[in-house]
Amino acid sequence: MILTTLEYVPGKNITKHLGLVQGSTVRSKHVGRDIMAGVKNIFGGELTGYTELLNESREEATERMKAQAKSIGANAILNIRFSTSNIAQGASELYAYGTAVVLE
Amino acid sequence: MFDLIIFVVLLIVGYVFGQAIDQTHYRSIRKRESLLRNIPLIASRKLPASFEPCKTELVTGNVVISVDFYKKFVAGLRNLVGGRVRSYESLIDRARREALLRMTEKAKALGANYVFNVKMETSSIPSGRGDGVSAVDVLAYGTAVIQERQAPPVQKVEAPSPGMMNLRPR
Repeated sequence: MILTTLEYVPGKNITKHLGLVQGSTVRSKHVGRDIMAGVKNIFGGELTGYTELLNESREEATERMKAQAKSIGANAILNIRFSTSNIAQGASELYAYGTAVVLE
Repeated sequence: MFDLIIFVVLLIVGYVFGQAIDQTHYRSIRKRESLLRNIPLIASRKLPASFEPCKTELVTGNVVISVDFYKKFVAGLRNLVGGRVRSYESLIDRARREALLRMTEKAKALGANYVFNVKMETSSIPSGRGDGVSAVDVLAYGTAVIQERQAPPVQKVEAPSPGMMNLRPR
């Protein structure tokens, strides 16, 4: 599966467009991490726990998008975009979407 | 009275540690940026035709950076009169540059020559109780371009002046 933020894959022709595929996940904060984050809010600096959490969640969203693309027979996803939104206090949604295509 | 002492202590601690972290981080950012200067990040959506054949790969980099007590307090004061919130500007600048660096480092590990169509995504993680920003999350992502052969050699300059030396093609 080829993933790209470009609108095409260099050197390959698109034989079929299969439409939009998407993957999303909603994650909430961990209490332990929240306490650490509270301490870090005084001193400043990187919140490593959150960085990891969001990274894992985005990978999860990407995996779901890939699974959806695979289920409809695509072998590449073009023009991938990521989006993040705070849906409630302490929970955020991580969303990945793109166009599934079949490459020759 | 006791509350006031705690507040002042937190403010001083936040200022001292916050500034120290800020400066250390900026030093590290500048150092790594100069090391990664040979991988240009390009916002363009199309590759020049001469780049083919090449492989492409999605690369991402993210970072969550917290505010400190002093920054938050200063921003709160600034909210009363409005205007430029300098304390948050440095915060978001650090986060963006760090995210880009992490993305570029991943691209470098893949042996990429360029990163195309770089996009950024920013969101804030609100604190549990207040409504103020307590941390910013920045995601940078793009397509790493791994050229299979070197780009066609650039026309040779007859006698390069010393100033031209660092403009040689890679």
